[in-house]
Amino acid sequence: MAGESGHGPQTSGEYIAHHLQNLQVCNVDGQWVWNQCAGNPMALNVDSMFFSVVLGLIFAWVFGRAAKKASKGKPGKMQAFVEIVVDFIDSSVKDTFHGKSDLIAPLALTIFVWVFFMNLMDLIPVDWLPEAGLLLGIPYLKVVPTTDVNITFGMSIAVFFLIIFYTVKNKGIGGFIAELTLHPIAPPLRGPGIAAAPFIIAFNFILESVALLAKPLSLSLRLFGNMFAGELIFILIALLGLWQLPLHFAWAVFHILIVTLQAFIFMMLTVVYLSLASEKH
Amino acid sequence: MTLLGQTIAMIIFVWFCMKFIWPPIMVAIEERQKEIADGLAAAERGQQSLDKAQAEASDLVGDARKQATSILDQAQARANEIIADGKAEGVKERERQLAAATAEVEQETNRAREELRGQVSAIAVASAEKILEREIDAKAHDDILSKLAAEL
Repeated sequence: MAGESGHGPQTSGEYIAHHLQNLQVCNVDGQWVWNQCAGNPMALNVDSMFFSVVLGLIFAWVFGRAAKKASKGKPGKMQAFVEIVVDFIDSSVKDTFHGKSDLIAPLALTIFVWVFFMNLMDLIPVDWLPEAGLLLGIPYLKVVPTTDVNITFGMSIAVFFLIIFYTVKNKGIGGFIAELTLHPIAPPLRGPGIAAAPFIIAFNFILESVALLAKPLSLSLRLFGNMFAGELIFILIALLGLWQLPLHFAWAVFHILIVTLQAFIFMMLTVVYLSLASEKH
Repeated sequence: MTLLGQTIAMIIFVWFCMKFIWPPIMVAIEERQKEIADGLAAAERGQQSLDKAQAEASDLVGDARKQATSILDQAQARANEIIADGKAEGVKERERQLAAATAEVEQETNRAREELRGQVSAIAVASAEKILEREIDAKAHDDILSKLAAEL
């Protein structure tokens, strides 16, 4: 806890700031430098990337192994577990997405399990991995990838491009443009009102662009906000001395719900957005 | 950079999932679902045929029971008949025997009576003889005696 990190006395503010600092690397004037990247858009958050990739690999390994051994006979416990998850995702997707796509369901599965794993890192006591990192000479370590807005935004950008891709694929480029410009107010195309059409189209375009851009933004910020707040509360609880034990337990129990719920919401909204994108009006 | 890296990582993982995780698991699940459905259907069919066989068996048992009852009834009736016949015959036989015995007894009685009658007359004659021997001259009363003997 505070003061035990081996760097001399530490104020609470320093402790919190330390926990919220990513391990960053960036290229400044041809030199790779660590942790002097504030404001540098090309900085790479090594810890977030590392944990998210490792967790993704765990997902791929566990589910891939189950998939490889999958047989129609009596399933093993691991296979049964994986099948429960897969079936859960499959039914959720089928309820929401009515088109036929080989991508949506695996996408939803990946998002759900991966985000769930990343959120789950929140339940590891906040000091364990950073302190272990300090022993190994790593100055900063932010353990939960989803408390890094870059990570959540990186995922939602992929979703954003998929939304555009599906819109164009199902409605054509014309349909995509029409969706951006001809809603919600249909511009008059003939008669005396035609002079107002460009203004209406411009108005629609602004409105619909905002709506479109708000989708990935809200998707990523919702997850980020929830996880960041949860992590911050864990850190604050860790500052309380002995009282942290029951509080930590209580908050962790509550957090299990948030972890699952946020992973589910991220997945579900992705599916909903994509199903909206591929729906014919 | 992190953003881009995460996007790339996500694309790779999604691709991996789409290629290697989702299809085999779905195939396994669907195949098992089909197998279970088939199994349930087979069980249903088995149950139906079992029900049918049970109904048939209970029909058969009912028929057999009915038959057995009727056979039993017949046997009972036949037995009663035989008993009644036997009884009637017995009664007849008894009467016949009784009649024969009665006739014999009567015959015997008559015979005994005849015999007794002879003996009585003989005794009477003998006793009369003894009496007459003493009191009556046999020669004088010979005609009466012989008349008496003839009458006896």
